[in-house]
Amino acid sequence: MNHEFSVNSPFLFAAVSIILLLVMAQAVFFLVRAWRQAKKLGIDTVKLKSVVKSSAIFTVVPAISILLGVIALSKKLGIPLPWLRLSVIGALTYETTAAEAAASAVGSSMGDTSTLLTASQFSTIIWVMTLGIMAGVILTPIISRRLLNGVDTLEKRDKRWGEILMSALFMGMISTFLGIVFGKVNTGLVGWIPVFVMLVSMVIMLICVVLIKKLKIKWVEDYALPISMIGAMALAIPITNAVNSAVR
Amino acid sequence: MKTQNMTYDDGTHYWGRIWLWGMGVVLLLLPAAICLYFDAWPEANGLFKGLIAVAPTFWAVGTIEVLTYVPMLGAGGSYLGFITGNLTNLKVPCTITALNKVGAKPGTPEGEVVGTIAVATSSIVTTLIIFVGVLLIVPLAPILNSPSLKPAFEQILPALFGGLGVALIGQNLKVAIVPVVSMIVLFVCAPSFANSVGLVFVPVAAAIAIAAARIMYKIGWLK
Repeated sequence: MNHEFSVNSPFLFAAVSIILLLVMAQAVFFLVRAWRQAKKLGIDTVKLKSVVKSSAIFTVVPAISILLGVIALSKKLGIPLPWLRLSVIGALTYETTAAEAAASAVGSSMGDTSTLLTASQFSTIIWVMTLGIMAGVILTPIISRRLLNGVDTLEKRDKRWGEILMSALFMGMISTFLGIVFGKVNTGLVGWIPVFVMLVSMVIMLICVVLIKKLKIKWVEDYALPISMIGAMALAIPITNAVNSAVR
Repeated sequence: MKTQNMTYDDGTHYWGRIWLWGMGVVLLLLPAAICLYFDAWPEANGLFKGLIAVAPTFWAVGTIEVLTYVPMLGAGGSYLGFITGNLTNLKVPCTITALNKVGAKPGTPEGEVVGTIAVATSSIVTTLIIFVGVLLIVPLAPILNSPSLKPAFEQILPALFGGLGVALIGQNLKVAIVPVVSMIVLFVCAPSFANSVGLVFVPVAAAIAIAAARIMYKIGWLK
């Protein structure tokens, strides 16, 4: 077989659509299983629906940012590949880095949108991006059961310490993220922009907490994280402009 | 073992393994199919160079993601989350929000099903939004790419972590203080780590948090 290659070939669109349908099937499969199990555990349907609702609401803004990643990568890689990679398995941070590394390895660059990729370059890039991300797919089935059983045993031995340990794990994660936000402060005022945005997000979240806890405005619960995220992103625009004009 | 006689958790691991490894094979079939269909084979030199640049870091990050996120997402959430991706910026905060909302703890039977429902919902919604976005890519691209919106989308992670940080740290301020201060000091002093590779410091931060919590627990500061 030797078909004419294009990064937006109908063949690629068809192949990607099939894979996305399979992933959707997997999501529905796990959703239905968990839903049935939740009913068996006697969890109220109202509660379950609220989980679905808050998860769906929270997902919207990050999903739009992922869409931006698709648009950015599509200039060089065409639409189907970034569409697949960012809908499944990939993450914004991974795909952009991996695509750039793979593109430069075949003597091209993501920024160079004027020259088209050859079929062979494209095939190299997709192999690198696919093989580079397989760790989670391969390891999760091997490790997860042992890991979860380990956590379980610990919680049975000393329940309170087990809880503290889980909470310490969460803190390890969030403190790393918060630390990364400070990574550019050495570069001057511009490097502080992420810190300012993060502080704005924290303040909005605290206001939401007051609304929920003190004023008992329950509906805010579902929207607290999306509100603090969108609010901080919106204020990032004037913050960035103000910092840029102050520096200039 | 017959699948009907399995407990829910056994079934989750059984089906999870089939789905996750099965999807892994499907994902590998795509580049293989591209090679055959277009008769386009990867350049050995480029493949090697690309993998050297990408694989060591991202395999390390991937391993750490498994160790960190599996206890948070639960079994079902993990089997789904590690194929649908976008864990840090989407699936993990989504699950944390869902667990907080219904007051379920990770690792409990309730936490397990809530985690799975949250990850599944988020995966479906993400796929649909990106699908619509791809259909409308021509009219949407100029709006989303407009220079005035650029600073907002550049700051999506700090905007997410601020709110999420308050939600998480507020639950246990004493456990949070030592790792938060350590990590801020680390990344201010060593800014070259503060990118996607920064995630390899999660186990370091977790170890610091656990050690500090253990000391506080032993001397009775944490009840």
